[in-house]
Amino acid sequence: MGPDLTWYLAVAAFLFAIGALGVMLRRSPLIVLLSLEIMLNGANLALITFSRHHAQLDGQIFALAVMAVAASEVVVGLGLIVAVHRRKLELDVDKLSMLRG
Amino acid sequence: MGNVVVWAVWIVAAFACLGSATAVVSFANPYYSALSLIGNLGSLAVLYLLLSAEFVAAAQVLVYAGAVMVMFLFVIAYLGRHIDAPWAGGPSWQALGAVAAAGALMVEIVVVIGLKASGRLADAPDITDAFGSPRAIGELFLTDHLLAFEITSIVLLAAAVGGVVLGSHARGDEPAPPSNTLLQEEVPPLR
Repeated sequence: MGPDLTWYLAVAAFLFAIGALGVMLRRSPLIVLLSLEIMLNGANLALITFSRHHAQLDGQIFALAVMAVAASEVVVGLGLIVAVHRRKLELDVDKLSMLRG
Repeated sequence: MGNVVVWAVWIVAAFACLGSATAVVSFANPYYSALSLIGNLGSLAVLYLLLSAEFVAAAQVLVYAGAVMVMFLFVIAYLGRHIDAPWAGGPSWQALGAVAAAGALMVEIVVVIGLKASGRLADAPDITDAFGSPRAIGELFLTDHLLAFEITSIVLLAAAVGGVVLGSHARGDEPAPPSNTLLQEEVPPLR
């Protein structure tokens, strides 16, 4: 056997924290989206670790569903970024604070 | 011998994973960030393989590192140089608060997991070879989790329609007049 499952969970926690840091620190919406992907992947790693721990596949099913949701979220997010860019607005999440367009 | 190999692979994958995640957050150029995220997803797939989640690892490489990241790279190439982002910006208390909040999140996760599961995580139960195989996953998807499977298809359809609606624009919409209402401060000059 390799490392304990605890180590995998530690990596998952680190990934989630790094992603959260990116979401809160960066101002470019593209990098915010990329950091969100990191957060989702940290959650996925925890799901798969616990699926191994319980020797049940439901956690992996959940991880696959998370992957599908992440793909849809990327589609909508990138569409929004392109739409904002087309209106010649600055791509900066601190300045895009109004919903009215 | 086998132990050492597994440990070595784990250490390389885990550190590549964390290092590339840090790189994603810290690069100023989104293009480099996206490329580092591909490395992050690849090393995560290795970790999934070590956890005997073969199908999820394959899906990770195909869906994430393949399809999603290609979409990201296309959009970054489309936007060109308009997206070079300043690293952080804003008042410095914002950055400090962000670091504090992320640290608090991580401490919270570690404490909760440590309290609830620390003693029992050491011994992972034995599993058969079929664990994590496409056959087992497919059977579960079409029996126990059929509803989730169908709802996923609807979510993907909605996202595709939303992407088309957001991406398309009516004729005469371009060049769009600068709309003052979206900006709190002043409108950037039109190029």
